[in-house]
Amino acid sequence: MNLLPTTFRGPSLAAAVLLTSAMALLVGGSASAATSFAPVIAQVQPKIVKIYGAGGFNGMAHYQSGFLISADGFVLTAWSYVLDSDVVNVILNDGRKFKAELKGIDPKLELAVLKIDAKELPFFELAKTATPEEGSRVLAFSNLFGVATGDEAASVLHGILSIQTKLEARRGVYETPYQGPVYVVDAMTNNPGAAGGALTNLHGELIAMLGKELKNARNNTWLNYAVPINELREAVNEIRAGKVRPRADSQAKKAKDPLELSMLGLNLVNTGLERAPPFIDQVYGDSPAAKAGLRTDDLIVFLDNQLVQNSKSLRAEMLRIERDEAIRLTVMRDGQLMEFTLQAPASDEPRSEKPARRSEDDRDER
Amino acid sequence: MTARRQSAAFVGWLLSLAALLAATPPMYADDVDSSVLQAEAERIAAVKKATPAVVCIFVQGGMGGGSGVVISPDGYALSNFHVTKPAGTGMKCGMADGKVYDAVIVGLDPTGDVAMIKLLGRDDFPVAELADSDAMRVGDSCFAMGNPFLLATDFHPTLSYGIVSGVHRYQYPAGTLLEYSDCLQVDAAINPGNSGGPLFNAQGQLIGINGRGSFEKRGRVNVGVGYAISINQIKNFLGYLKSGRIVDHATLGARVGTSDEGRVVVTDIIEDSDAYRRGLRYDDEIISFASRPIRTTNTLKNLLGIFPKDWRVPLSYRHQGKQYDVLVRLAGVHREAELIALTNEPEEGEEPPAPEEPKEQPAPQPGESPRPKLPLPLPLPGPKGKPKKSKLPSPHKKASLPQIVKDHFEAKTGYANYFFNKLNQARLAKAVAGHGEFGRVSGTWTLSGEAADHSPVSIRLGAKEATCELPVGLTKIDVTQSLDAVLNPPASGGMLAGLHMWKKLLVGGSGKFDQAYYLGTAPVPMFDQLADVLIVTQGAVEARFYLDPHSGLLLAVELFPDDNVDPCEIYFGDYRTEAGRKVPYRMEVRHGDQLFGIFALKKFEMAENEGT
Repeated sequence: MNLLPTTFRGPSLAAAVLLTSAMALLVGGSASAATSFAPVIAQVQPKIVKIYGAGGFNGMAHYQSGFLISADGFVLTAWSYVLDSDVVNVILNDGRKFKAELKGIDPKLELAVLKIDAKELPFFELAKTATPEEGSRVLAFSNLFGVATGDEAASVLHGILSIQTKLEARRGVYETPYQGPVYVVDAMTNNPGAAGGALTNLHGELIAMLGKELKNARNNTWLNYAVPINELREAVNEIRAGKVRPRADSQAKKAKDPLELSMLGLNLVNTGLERAPPFIDQVYGDSPAAKAGLRTDDLIVFLDNQLVQNSKSLRAEMLRIERDEAIRLTVMRDGQLMEFTLQAPASDEPRSEKPARRSEDDRDER
Repeated sequence: MTARRQSAAFVGWLLSLAALLAATPPMYADDVDSSVLQAEAERIAAVKKATPAVVCIFVQGGMGGGSGVVISPDGYALSNFHVTKPAGTGMKCGMADGKVYDAVIVGLDPTGDVAMIKLLGRDDFPVAELADSDAMRVGDSCFAMGNPFLLATDFHPTLSYGIVSGVHRYQYPAGTLLEYSDCLQVDAAINPGNSGGPLFNAQGQLIGINGRGSFEKRGRVNVGVGYAISINQIKNFLGYLKSGRIVDHATLGARVGTSDEGRVVVTDIIEDSDAYRRGLRYDDEIISFASRPIRTTNTLKNLLGIFPKDWRVPLSYRHQGKQYDVLVRLAGVHREAELIALTNEPEEGEEPPAPEEPKEQPAPQPGESPRPKLPLPLPLPGPKGKPKKSKLPSPHKKASLPQIVKDHFEAKTGYANYFFNKLNQARLAKAVAGHGEFGRVSGTWTLSGEAADHSPVSIRLGAKEATCELPVGLTKIDVTQSLDAVLNPPASGGMLAGLHMWKKLLVGGSGKFDQAYYLGTAPVPMFDQLADVLIVTQGAVEARFYLDPHSGLLLAVELFPDDNVDPCEIYFGDYRTEAGRKVPYRMEVRHGDQLFGIFALKKFEMAENEGT
């Protein structure tokens, strides 16, 4: 007897789960009413959605969280690479799956508004959000770690609002674009897939949107925080009203003495198109890039673990890196991702002008 | 006022102050809502109730440890397979009373990551009360107790409080083992060393066994996402675990997928499977399984994971527009040899669960405050230089087992501890003997009565042959030959062979068969509880005897002439005492989906020896 087909445990079935039919998750039974958040949570969960998009490789989750902000299918979530995909799917708490339209983003607030084609949905009214005090208890709803699929309800963590403060955080080497007020909580919201989830009080009233995975700029520890809806409301309303939000990120920190690709000994293929993929054209001999092992035709995919969209965005991101900082480039070569760490030489060092000849022994290097 | 009177007054004041302090709650009580104080009191009571049964497990020889919980006064306790695996046979268990007990492995469920151990030396251990874990709702309070980071050096368990974050969760296996089906997700801190320990509800009742967490960038410490195996799943496995075996989980023998219309349909099915024999075919819709409606493939996958191999579970499906309700016999996930090999192989699955101890600490990143050094491995070096209170063994890997553990252990392939299988075999032998003294009636048995349509029935079970006379004619088998040769009467699936095996068990006991072992407990039709199951083999045929765990009476026998064919099922009822022997006057015979016959006996004669 062949064992394999008898089991239900193949990951291949996971995909089928996405096609699940509608079914509200019923949770019954009784418990000590005095201590249970169950009734409130049961009211909030139908407003939480699971979002699936780009990612799923290199340790980057392809899912995140969001919540409904209108009966006709507007969804508020965090702006991230997950949404940077031709197909973004939203799965409701009842298991219904929708293809989402990206209505708009605010890069500074790192929020995105999606729209799904549905009616009569339960939702949070952004106009009616609560303003909590420090020390008050909160509930954090999200699909962290992608635990829930299909009609399974999002996860809930409980905690308290530790402090309201200004965000001082970084992602990799970058300062975050948003540096406004945030609520720091003691629930562990800083987990893959939690961004875009909802923070509520114990009455189930919306307080804030769970933030992306960031580290505290001062002590380098992971930060559990959420952005108050008060900070997001105006931008969301403008997007819903069809106003275009600025896409460029004028607030982001610029390096004083920025790193340039040429300092590393690299040239990108120049097609004259801003949105051209950042393929490496030339690697100069004896340069940091040559020493690290980069080659002609490598496609730069990540800069310091941040997805690189195109040549233009790569150059723009480079402007935020000081020339004495080491960077990590992830490239696609022959269908495989390879990671390299590079550092530019001190500024007075002359650099070679000769392109490195492509070694004939290339294949033996691996 | 004299000095004496002054001092008397002072003492009086002191006493009244002490009385006040003792009698009244702390000063802030006036400001605190009474519901808060009540909740606090309830929480304290729940923890107090739960604590005594919690076990802190220390693997001999400083190989780590974990947690556990005692569930019966004679010391049976639950933990994780991945906790007891490094220990093998014996381990040391500390309890909140500060005492250390020797414990021995009993049974293993490597797929479900559950281990049963038995604490030795008492028959009045404090026990945890088992609750219904399906009653837990997201948001209900819960708390984990145990031995995180092996901190419980005084054996008093650590407590972490939280809420249920998710129910009916599914966590993929690491390799083919350690699958967490239909589990509870909690935000109570579950850390390395909590593995195997109890998860309690707000009333201090046991709802699960903690064993796993989602970890990522912060190393192997809690990030608010812990998982507990539901106690309802473990309840299904308790009898199996007590059998001392290495037990397996179940599959249906079919793959399913979700159709475009959102129905769960069969996309592949094995023709050898019981599901196929029950009529399930490609493209049939699964309506319900184990009495729960199936609307997603995940629900079915989750439910399958909570059942042991060989159980029969209700399945409803729709085939060509018509609904069928059947009992399906579940196949195993693993082959037996495969399971043994997987159980023995060294660890390091794809995603090891919250381990009994962190193997190494990730180096602190720049700017990140270094984590405190963990007091690992045991025995703890500690500031005092040596372990306190405990009788921990010396840190030699091959510490010899204590005598009490040796006395409760017997190695055998396929078993975690054959000692406990023999224990249960002996228990069932006593139950069989409780039917009466059958040793003296080894002669021909003559059973006569009538079928449901009042037609006469006569069955003779002799030493050389067994015969059955029905209106359709007389059939017989030669019981000196292999019993799978002739499955008479036709369409019964082997009723005469089954009755012959049944008589042989009553007359001679299980020792008369080629092989006998205790399976555990399983459901049996027409009986509302789980029954004890004794399996015997004779040549190529296997018989499964189901016994009422309370009365010890034989409820049924199933005769399997071969693998992958339907057995003959004989259900016994209407027990009457015949010359001091309890015998059934009602027999219902089934085969496959068909009722072969219901026989109401009028005479039950047992001859003392052949020929009389």
